[in-house]
Amino acid sequence: MAKLNRRAFIAAAGAAAAVLPLTGNAFAQEKLKVGFVFLGPIGDYGWTWAHNKGREAVDAALGDQVETIYVENVAEDASAIPVFRDLAQQGCKLIFGATYGYMDQMVQVAAEFPDVKFEHCTGFKRADNLATYNSRFHEGRAVLGTIAGKMSKSGVMGYLGSYKVPEVVLGVNSFILAAQKQNPAATLKLVFIDSWFDPPKEAAATETLLNLGCDLVTTHTDSPAALQILEQRGLYGFGQGADMSSFAPNAHLTAIEDIWGPYYIERVQAVLDGTWASADTWDGIADGTVVISPYNPAIPADVVALAEEVKAGYVAGTYDVFTGPIYDTEGTLRVKDGEILPLSDLAVMDWFVKGVETAA
Amino acid sequence: MGTDFVIAAIITIIGISTPILLAGLGELVVEKAGVLNLGVEGMMLIGAITGFAVTVMTGNPWLGVLGAAAGGALSALLFGFFVLTLNSNQVATGLALTIFGTGLSSLIGLSFVGRIVPQFGSSFPPALSRDPIGRLFFSYSPLVYFALAMVFVVAWFLRRTRSGLILRAVGENDLSAHSIGYSVIGVRYLAVAFGGAMAGIGGAYFSLVITPMWAERMTSGRGWIALALVVFASWKAGRLLIGSLFFGVLMWLELNAKAGGLSFMPYAGSIPSQFWAAMPYLMTVVVLALISMRDRGGSSAPACLGKPFLPAT
Repeated sequence: MAKLNRRAFIAAAGAAAAVLPLTGNAFAQEKLKVGFVFLGPIGDYGWTWAHNKGREAVDAALGDQVETIYVENVAEDASAIPVFRDLAQQGCKLIFGATYGYMDQMVQVAAEFPDVKFEHCTGFKRADNLATYNSRFHEGRAVLGTIAGKMSKSGVMGYLGSYKVPEVVLGVNSFILAAQKQNPAATLKLVFIDSWFDPPKEAAATETLLNLGCDLVTTHTDSPAALQILEQRGLYGFGQGADMSSFAPNAHLTAIEDIWGPYYIERVQAVLDGTWASADTWDGIADGTVVISPYNPAIPADVVALAEEVKAGYVAGTYDVFTGPIYDTEGTLRVKDGEILPLSDLAVMDWFVKGVETAA
Repeated sequence: MGTDFVIAAIITIIGISTPILLAGLGELVVEKAGVLNLGVEGMMLIGAITGFAVTVMTGNPWLGVLGAAAGGALSALLFGFFVLTLNSNQVATGLALTIFGTGLSSLIGLSFVGRIVPQFGSSFPPALSRDPIGRLFFSYSPLVYFALAMVFVVAWFLRRTRSGLILRAVGENDLSAHSIGYSVIGVRYLAVAFGGAMAGIGGAYFSLVITPMWAERMTSGRGWIALALVVFASWKAGRLLIGSLFFGVLMWLELNAKAGGLSFMPYAGSIPSQFWAAMPYLMTVVVLALISMRDRGGSSAPACLGKPFLPAT
């Protein structure tokens, strides 16, 4: 039996070997498969939408050599593991996982597929075939905070957060520190809704923040729900991930746009060239990864000038919102006068600065 | 905390409660007829996108609501065809309807991403909602008053009308209802269509009232809450109203606990927000236990719930 099987196998292998060159000729050269795993739906008009635009940029730039595949609506739990595994088994040589919550799952799958390259967005665990990439959203948040400090009449601002992860903590701190430079008395009420995407809950949380005295709300969740509530109330807010002004033409002061295309193209090109190496990339305003949307005409010219100053400061490297002295919510001095928090500390930040009011 | 704070809180709570009340009322009637439709989430999504699409195309939110009801009812009738005519398993078919609705709504929604419509808000003169007390009564979307009215209509229909009695008979003992000449399948088709229409209108509350836009999966699991509420309400419309408001209060408490807004309440301020978030589910279990204790091990669920109708012919 065994002999027969082996003979059959050899025959089949021979046939396959004969066929393979033919298919090879037919397709000239095999395209590099690149996988993307997304947290939300690509139609969320926020975070996932922006990552998908980055994927489309790869298609546009390298479409003749690359085939991209994406999987959307993948939860940040164990169910992500088979998704990554499946993409690797489908022949993807480079796989991007575009949310913080895939961290341990990607570490596990990367160990199982040493010849596949993985890239994890906003995480901090790396391996030889697992790189991390992030965007310095907090630079954009500093621009928004600068505007908010001037535009909020009461000085009480709301922040609609998703989860207490470093990226969001950084955003919160950056926003309020920048606002306090314009209005030292500014405070921030923070609500985590335990979801990245839940429009009705985002709307209810925004109403709650307004009812607690906030007159401006900024969001770190992925839908334009908060902006629509602010539009109904005649108040101001900011977009997240994409220019959301079409959803709230009056309330939308500006937005942080995530531009992932250039980074994705660069990394895919590196795999094509064989120069890909695991790294920790953190690009920001200076690199064009964080872009500030056009300003709402409702922002006075002098406030626009202040915002532009912060932007220019980041491009020139002369401004950093995390420059001491910085106190935490307990009033303890965490960053000494003149010191700047290094990126390595920012990547794991888990404390809030003075002026942040939250139960979390 | 002043009057303004309390009234704004009530308005927020009613906003959270209305869509699950609408969908829950529909499902209540479906289950009273003996059919378990787990596809509420999918029907809500189909209602959300058809309501939004019709509103974009006609500019009329009232037509949008009709479109949402039609979309929800059509998807429910598809479910009905499988479970009533083909006698497929209701649980599996209902779950499939949710998956189908999620996918179909995303597909229809592709060309509507990024568009907005005017909010389907209060249709009273703005002067009426200028002061806080006026806001408390007149600042809502017509769908809120519709949902409230439907609580009474459904309760009255099930308790006081002959048709309601027939519907309950079909749900409690389909063979007896059949033997005295009522069309079990016909009644169930009507109930299922009504449930779909109500779920569709509930979905339209998201895409026309709360956030007048379309986003994939924008109902974010509220269909499942509506299903749980029907059990919580022990299949009674009045209790469903209380249950939906209760859910709204709990979510409001959760959000306020997170923002540190409960400091005016002596003890509530120190309760973790996760407690409030877990409460609706905990309460459903408690209520179920209480019901079965009161009924001495029996259940207030319709006796034929989830069972296929197989007359001995």
